[in-house]
Amino acid sequence: MDLSAINPVLLVASLMVAATPLLLAAIGELVVEKAGVLNLGVEGMMITGAICGFAISVETGSPWLGFIAAAIGGAILSLLFVLMTQVALANQVASGLALTLFGLGLSALMGQSYVGIKPPAMGRLDLPVLSDLPVVGPILFSHDPILYLGILLTGAVWWVLKYSRAGLILRAVGENHDAAHALGYKVIRIRVLAILFGGACAGLGGAYISLIRVPQWTEGMTAGVGWIALALVVFASWKPWRALLGAYLFGGVTVVQLNLQAAGVAIPVEYLAMSPYLITILVLVILSADKSGAPAALGRSFHASH
Amino acid sequence: MIVLEKRPQPSRTWSMATPLVAVLATMICGGLLFAVLGKNPVEAIGTIFWEPLFGEYAFYYRPQLLVKGAPLVLIAIGLSLGFRAGIWNIGAEGQYIMGAIVGAGVGLAFYPMEAFYIFPLMVLAGAFGGWVWAMIPAFLKVRFGTNEILVSLMLVYVAEQFLASMSLGLLKNPEGFGFPGSRNLQSYASAHNAELIEGSGMHWGVVAAFVAVIFAYVLLNRHMTGFHIRLTGEAPRAARFAGVKPARLILFCLGMSGALAGLAGLFEVSGPSGQISIDFNVGYGFTAIIVAFLGRLHPVGILLAGGLMALTYIGGEIAQGSLGLPAAAIQVFQGMLLFFLLALDLLTNYRIRAARKEVA
Amino acid sequence: MKFTSLLASAAMVLGLATGAMAEDKTKVGFVYVGPVGDGGWTYEHDKGRQAVEAEFGDKVETVFVESVPEGPDAERVMTQMALEGADLIFTTSFGYMDPTINVAKKFPKVKFEHATGYKQAENVSVYSARFYEGRAVQGTIAGRMTKSNIVGYIGSYPIPEVIRGINSAFIHARKVNPDVQFKIVWAYTWFDPAKEADAAKVLIEQGADVILQHTDSTAPQAAAQAAGNVITFGQASDMSEYAPMPRVSSIIDNWAPYYIARTKAVMDGTWTSVSTWDGIGAGMVGIGEISDAVPADVKAEALALKDALANGSYHAFTGPLKKQDGSDWLAEGETADDGTLAGMNFYVEGIEGDIPN
Repeated sequence: MDLSAINPVLLVASLMVAATPLLLAAIGELVVEKAGVLNLGVEGMMITGAICGFAISVETGSPWLGFIAAAIGGAILSLLFVLMTQVALANQVASGLALTLFGLGLSALMGQSYVGIKPPAMGRLDLPVLSDLPVVGPILFSHDPILYLGILLTGAVWWVLKYSRAGLILRAVGENHDAAHALGYKVIRIRVLAILFGGACAGLGGAYISLIRVPQWTEGMTAGVGWIALALVVFASWKPWRALLGAYLFGGVTVVQLNLQAAGVAIPVEYLAMSPYLITILVLVILSADKSGAPAALGRSFHASH
Repeated sequence: MIVLEKRPQPSRTWSMATPLVAVLATMICGGLLFAVLGKNPVEAIGTIFWEPLFGEYAFYYRPQLLVKGAPLVLIAIGLSLGFRAGIWNIGAEGQYIMGAIVGAGVGLAFYPMEAFYIFPLMVLAGAFGGWVWAMIPAFLKVRFGTNEILVSLMLVYVAEQFLASMSLGLLKNPEGFGFPGSRNLQSYASAHNAELIEGSGMHWGVVAAFVAVIFAYVLLNRHMTGFHIRLTGEAPRAARFAGVKPARLILFCLGMSGALAGLAGLFEVSGPSGQISIDFNVGYGFTAIIVAFLGRLHPVGILLAGGLMALTYIGGEIAQGSLGLPAAAIQVFQGMLLFFLLALDLLTNYRIRAARKEVA
Repeated sequence: MKFTSLLASAAMVLGLATGAMAEDKTKVGFVYVGPVGDGGWTYEHDKGRQAVEAEFGDKVETVFVESVPEGPDAERVMTQMALEGADLIFTTSFGYMDPTINVAKKFPKVKFEHATGYKQAENVSVYSARFYEGRAVQGTIAGRMTKSNIVGYIGSYPIPEVIRGINSAFIHARKVNPDVQFKIVWAYTWFDPAKEADAAKVLIEQGADVILQHTDSTAPQAAAQAAGNVITFGQASDMSEYAPMPRVSSIIDNWAPYYIARTKAVMDGTWTSVSTWDGIGAGMVGIGEISDAVPADVKAEALALKDALANGSYHAFTGPLKKQDGSDWLAEGETADDGTLAGMNFYVEGIEGDIPN
């Protein structure tokens, strides 16, 4: 056993990378749920984003265009969810599950000719002095741009939800759609926009995996990250900064676990791999004392009957 | 301008007709998809829906529909009870795994002894395993008000890790040359959930699924608990006045769905699957959620929906083998079917009509 | 009539019918555990299938079903293939072992070939590849190339196949570099590219400058490339898109020669049940081109080892070797028997850490 082999600075830097796809997807879903909609199709939207981003950046040679395409792809898939739940008023849980099934299949069909290809690389931030600083350099100043985008997005969502009028309306719709409707807000329109935003974010998260974190295209490569993102939203009790913290915790457990193994610590891997889920349950129990979290109208369909 | 108008009563005609319309719409869209992929759409659709039921080898596929559909129905029936009352267990996959592990574990503990009581004990153990796993979210919800959707989902991942640990450790076949996976229960007579009539596909799990359908039907229509479940789902406030104890209902619904999922796991591991292995679970627990909704949370509907899902799985495999369709195309096709089935249910509860511009 | 005989007679009737109709087109079925687009295990099996088609053209018809879960689904897919007249069926995952045996019993006329298992029958052959021979070559290059003397190894699950590879690589790395250490990380998944990326990064951060992987994605390659001075080896497929650096060589699963030979045997009526465990010599294990990032003398040494393994003059597990606990395993000049190798559940002397469970 040689714990000194673990470099805490590099550990933090790599757990930030591991957390980013989770964070992006979770922030999107957080907005969706704040608007009172439960979309369980995150995994399907992520994998669709992963292949859209991959294909476009391979074809154009630009990772940036890839990420834009991923956001659009994720949003287009979420449009299906919109049709199901906002227009046809179908059950959200079942529609979300169907969306995941559909997305996994669709992405595999789209990706058939992209197996075994290396995508163009996205540069990392490289600031002359800052990136070379000890400790803070690797942690704060030498990541890829999308990682910073994820953090910025977290801040933006926090600000919008908390201080802006749009955020207020969104929360009102999520708390009590009948009252919001009575006040003259367009409940359906607001929810549609929230779902599209969620789809775009999930798409970005998926593309982060296929373009930066792995990077390659393989069928089903998101391997369940979308489901963890769903857990993360509740873990964060619908608060953006807590989602960031949670993403680092979730990403961190895997990275720490692998670090311990490599350092030769005999750990029961399966039991450690369970730990993020057990911790989430624990946090859920602690948080459930505080009833402020869940949007009251979460998962319920809205139909304006005149 | 088109508007939706809520029907005073759900339309009986449409509730019968929408599944047919949905299947038809899926055939059209799916046919287009297959045509784009360069396959003959009529042949592909025919293979998926016709071959398993009436094709040349239907004598083999029909029993397989039972084998594939039974766990889906068994789990979905349990889930539907909770869903009706607004109790969301989406962790049936985990309960299925735990039922299989505990049930198979009991059986393997007796190996190589042969005795008539081993299989019944395994059945009890399987139900118990699933029940315990579902009792965790139930207890946390009752005691602390914790969200059961998330807890039950989290426990799926915990169960999967536990499954890996068991296949590589405690339950590993000592005569398996170090490979992961338990002994095969198919070759241990006392623990084998064999077909009751050879070639019929009927094993105890299929029997249990049918019994569960009848049980749920009677419960929901003839029993006080069933009335409470429906009341809680439809009018929670009224339910409280009617003296429904929410805590008891939560424990009942989650416990029941857990036990049924555990049973499904036990019957699968002791019968068609035969052994505990790392990849033992194949997503029945999640698919069953869709089956429950496709069946409109009604026991008979679930039975039909389970059959339909099994049909698309088996028909899809045939289409892959004989027409060379990629597995992904089948997945997309299934996704379409679900979308149409779910979306068209709208017509049961709403009327679509053209609205004139309102003046005021 | 009993169901099994019903199945068998249906197959026979069909066999006769197609025999009369389509002359003697041999039908070969493949059951895959992953999607053909996985870029690794299944992808390579499918290349073998394509090679069969290319070799025999009109005389053969191949069918496949992908992403078939192990268990009853696999059994149904095999039965379906047999019913529809397949003469030969390759089942390409360890978990298909019992289903293959079950279905083979019902269709005595159909030949089955099960990959990586150990249960044989009258009409069931087993085949597998001696990937550990390729690991020996990798170990040699790794031992010579490492500057930090730390070699990282990403394992999937602690099963004999993976442990065998670790031992083989370690023995040969130590042979050329007595100071080399292995850091082993278990991913506990068959497939999760993101986790593989994390595992590779962790190993690199902890000082490894050579990464060996027993998982199929290119994630570790990309992580090594990002880190700079780290070398890797392709796994399952050549992964040449990462050559010449970080990927300096690879182990390629090459099933084509075996698939072609077995199909030929069915056509000629000479098929018999065999247990095949082929390595570099028979071409089942391919060593991808050693890139120019490897110095010429190391490359020559690796190629010499490859040749010795190929012509059988050298066995990758040749004594003297001790087990990790210091007990004797193989005496001077003794080679390991296949039984021990097949169920290998111990590390050789010098590897640190315990095998989980």
